[in-house]
Amino acid sequence: MTGRVLRGVAAVVVFVVSVFPVYWMVLTAFKPTRDIQAETPTFLPLSLTFEHFGTAVSAQGFWSFWRNSIVVAGGSVLLALLVALLAAFAVARLRWKGRRGFILMVFVAQMTPWEALLIPIYVIARDTGMLDTLWMLTLVYFMITLPFTVVTLRGFLAAVPVDIEEAALVDGCSRAQAFRRVVFPLLAPGLLATSLFGFITAWNEFAFANVLIIKNQDDRTLPVWLSSFSNTFGTDWGATMAASTLFMLPVLVVFLVLQGRVTTGIVGGAVKG
Amino acid sequence: MSTTLSRAVRHRPPPTPPPPRRRRTSWWPYLLIAPTVLATAFLLLYPLARNVVMSVQEFGLPQLVRGDARFVGLANYARVLGDPEFWAVVRRTLVFAAVNVVLIMVLSTLVALLLVRLGRWTRLLVMSGLVLVWATPVIAATTVFQWLFQSRLGVVNWALVSLGFEDYRGYTWFADGPATFAILVTLIVWQSVPFAALSLYAAMVTVPSELYEAARIDGAGAWRVFASITFPILRSMFGLITCLEVIWVAKCFVQIWVVSQGGPGQATTTLPVYAFQVAQSLQRYDLGAAVSMLMVLLLVLALLAYFRQMYRQEEVS
Repeated sequence: MTGRVLRGVAAVVVFVVSVFPVYWMVLTAFKPTRDIQAETPTFLPLSLTFEHFGTAVSAQGFWSFWRNSIVVAGGSVLLALLVALLAAFAVARLRWKGRRGFILMVFVAQMTPWEALLIPIYVIARDTGMLDTLWMLTLVYFMITLPFTVVTLRGFLAAVPVDIEEAALVDGCSRAQAFRRVVFPLLAPGLLATSLFGFITAWNEFAFANVLIIKNQDDRTLPVWLSSFSNTFGTDWGATMAASTLFMLPVLVVFLVLQGRVTTGIVGGAVKG
Repeated sequence: MSTTLSRAVRHRPPPTPPPPRRRRTSWWPYLLIAPTVLATAFLLLYPLARNVVMSVQEFGLPQLVRGDARFVGLANYARVLGDPEFWAVVRRTLVFAAVNVVLIMVLSTLVALLLVRLGRWTRLLVMSGLVLVWATPVIAATTVFQWLFQSRLGVVNWALVSLGFEDYRGYTWFADGPATFAILVTLIVWQSVPFAALSLYAAMVTVPSELYEAARIDGAGAWRVFASITFPILRSMFGLITCLEVIWVAKCFVQIWVVSQGGPGQATTTLPVYAFQVAQSLQRYDLGAAVSMLMVLLLVLALLAYFRQMYRQEEVS
């Protein structure tokens, strides 16, 4: 009995500690300024306002930062998907010399400590005139997400039975047709999940965006802009939290879309052992 | 893509398509991996090679602009390794990594053990809390933590004062080295526990419950059960996650840079932050490159341990 109560208390503590910072961010974003600056903070959403979201949205360059983030993250994911799909097909479906070596290369590339490559990539970007361009950032994010995309897509492709594909070949499909009509529809959920995870990685990336976009402030992405919130909002914490909430929103949506998949994946994998 | 595939097929028209395993001599697997290999060569290997070359050159602002760098052998490494500041940074990085990883592993083990014992709905609730933390972008987290620990209006100071710690009225956390260090540790642990706890939980569910029952019948307490059943069976999983966390914490850059830029003073300057400071602020790209190469060396050692664990894990399953 005491054990049960203790576990209940522990569960509540873990939940509150996990959720509180995010709750506090959203709550502050909706609180009227006088409540934010009150001596005693209020912990419940008693009076709400959209004023801070208005401030955030009308901040200078807000929409171009959104556009840049979407263009860079979207572009890099599409590129990674295209390139990785070809490689994943070769790895999952074909036998060839050097295949093991290639897989090893992808695994090692996945573990790249990108933080250590900030300086050389900055120097290379400068030498090639790609500094301060969104193109360079897209290419870097493409490379950051590529190994992971190859590995996951290979897993999803391997899960599609070869028999189905061969049946299509016997029925007179060409390899390309078999891929397009039979394999691709089965692969679509995996493609979606992989690309969304890649999108989040690129959406959240700060270090390279901070180094590669320097001169043209309008070309910055959301994380870099948000990291220097005191330049934009000063001590207006309501607006800062509203901007953070808006920045987190797409990521949260992606997680909700994937949520069923993620948790069932974890639990299912666990049960199967 | 489809044109490449169909052309490849037309190239060798088989009356009945052979099973894919037979296509040993075909050249088109190599065509399929060519984009990946080229991208890796240009966007990963080339920067890495450039870093190595830069670390044995004299490469400051003049060389960046004019581009006539002179080779100086291992002088940069000698200079870095002879600098007491570098060793202070290495020590700080090790302390930072040790504190974080120990906290992450202990807390996630406790959370995972708790999850196993919870009822269905409570578990789902706690798990969704953890997933929410997992989903929080780094930059959103750094912004919120700066707000939580804000001196005048921050909720942490308010809570501490309410609990009777009058010293914390208007306390400026980010002006004090150890306090900033502690906040960064809290932030990183908060962000890292969900992944580790959920992975450990997923592994713990695989332990056959008969083992626990037998132990309980033999009168073993909770700690004894963990020490002689759960941990030994999941040893490789614990090893794997510990290695991953060591790597992630040691190369952690964004949180530190955004919250404190390595300050106040040098209180939170770890290796990746140091490498970046030397390169960007002092514009000694050569020394920065040398520091980051030394960091890569340290990480490779941790990586080798990780791969060994993964290899063992594969052998077991």
